[in-house]
Amino acid sequence: MIGLSAIISVRNLSKIFKGTDGQQVHALADINLDIAPGEFVSFIGPSGCGKSTLLRVIADLTDATSGTVTVNGKTPAQARKDRDYGFVFQSATLYDWRTVLKNVQLPLEIMRYPREKREQRAREMLQLVELGDFASKYPWQLSGGMQQRVSIARALAFEPQILLMDEPFGALDEMTRERMNNELLNIWRAMKNMTVLFVTHSISEAVYLSTRIVVMSPRPGRVSEIIDVDLPHPRGPETRELDDFFRLTGQVRHALREGVHG
Amino acid sequence: MSDSVHQDAIAASSVRAETPPPDYSGLRTVAMSVALVLVVVLLWEGLKAFSQANDYELSLGGATVKLDIFNNTQLPHLTDILAAFSQPAQRNGPPLIEVLLSASFVTLGRAVTGFALGGVLGFLLAILFTHSSLMQRGLLPYVVASQTVPILAIAPMVVIWMRQAQLPHLAVPVIAAYLTFFPVTIYTLRGLTSVPVTSLELMRSYAATPLEILWKLRLPNALPHIFTALKISATASVVGAIIGELPSGLQDGLGGAILNFNQYYVQSPPRLWATIVAAAVVGILFFVVVAGAERLIVRWGARTAE
Repeated sequence: MIGLSAIISVRNLSKIFKGTDGQQVHALADINLDIAPGEFVSFIGPSGCGKSTLLRVIADLTDATSGTVTVNGKTPAQARKDRDYGFVFQSATLYDWRTVLKNVQLPLEIMRYPREKREQRAREMLQLVELGDFASKYPWQLSGGMQQRVSIARALAFEPQILLMDEPFGALDEMTRERMNNELLNIWRAMKNMTVLFVTHSISEAVYLSTRIVVMSPRPGRVSEIIDVDLPHPRGPETRELDDFFRLTGQVRHALREGVHG
Repeated sequence: MSDSVHQDAIAASSVRAETPPPDYSGLRTVAMSVALVLVVVLLWEGLKAFSQANDYELSLGGATVKLDIFNNTQLPHLTDILAAFSQPAQRNGPPLIEVLLSASFVTLGRAVTGFALGGVLGFLLAILFTHSSLMQRGLLPYVVASQTVPILAIAPMVVIWMRQAQLPHLAVPVIAAYLTFFPVTIYTLRGLTSVPVTSLELMRSYAATPLEILWKLRLPNALPHIFTALKISATASVVGAIIGELPSGLQDGLGGAILNFNQYYVQSPPRLWATIVAAAVVGILFFVVVAGAERLIVRWGARTAE
């Protein structure tokens, strides 16, 4: 990554919460990280390792206690105001009173996209996640996986440079999750040079999707290892059968164990 | 990826039922209502018949219980109440039903005005409290306390104030509004603030302004709550309007009719009861209209409960 200017740069980042019992919780301690444009970076670690917190600090959904985060050369707050990123939450967070199409249009409305273009753009995004036929349905009529795809379509609607995803497939079953992984890779390829930050609990998901994996450990939350994933692109079901795939999942598993006990 | 599309189509079609079985729930509701009315009728006339047969007295192991409450003055026969509608209320006057209909219209008009005033006030207060916790902490206790003051005590004062303000025709609506603004404030506030945190964070990630968050997130989220409050306020506004009419000297509404028939109760007990029936019908009708509006506007509310 030397020589490529980082699109996200984290320096000495710390985040301390006051816990429920008055104790201080070191959610993040002295995190240093650079992410280059176009990367797919997964964050994996046990509960309490700070991976979601790190994502949320980058997204300016919560503030840092100390240290700096630079997103696209700006503060996270400015990047948020400039709408440089899209955020996908663990739950789909769709609005029940809007149709699927209107849900995808929500960011376009707020960002004052030209009216005539909104519906067309939303339909394009729904096609991208293969839900074009469900545009006039309501969220309650869709399964969990479909709702999450709508939320991805919504996050991509305004073509953000950066996509932040906080365990988006965590609530889905394994088969649906693998299908969604494939679709996500297709989407990532279709959106030229989009940077993706992906928080997950699943080792195989992290290895399958990423160009780099950041393994984190808790108490205090820190980066224990960064693993480059040199699997070939484009990736498909056959990728999961490669020897290198097993080597890498083993590497991640080992790093996770070390992080907890080391 | 056609496989995933195919699987989704199967999943979605299982959500849509094939031909659903006939829905008798509406019929059952009607049957229940009719049954309840029958029970009331049977109890009413049954207790009257029983009391009459026992000379309005009942001996229970030594003690004597008076059953005068079931005599024809205290509790007229239902048939007499019904008959009273078609009889003139005054000598050579129009039948009672005409008098009550026009009185009902007048009172309903005042109730609707009060409903609108109270609804708007409650709505604005809720929005204020949502965006300023300082205002909420400061004013909400007074809003709550206002409801503990007996409206019957305030009504004459409001009548005097409105006359002094050269707005005498607003006296009764203001009193009705007094009863309606409180539920609207409380429920709307709940609806505006009960938004899931992730929905708010989503808005934050779009750098949405508070106004956009209000319009696109809080208000739609609050609509089911608002309609719950409006249904309560619908009936409360009718009660408020009638109470407001009592000290105001207005003869043309249901309040005036109640005062009138109360004063001359012994001469014709069924008339007051008929007026009570009319008042109840007005309240129920208003409620049904608001509930109907809710059905039309809030189409997603029932679904999210699943």
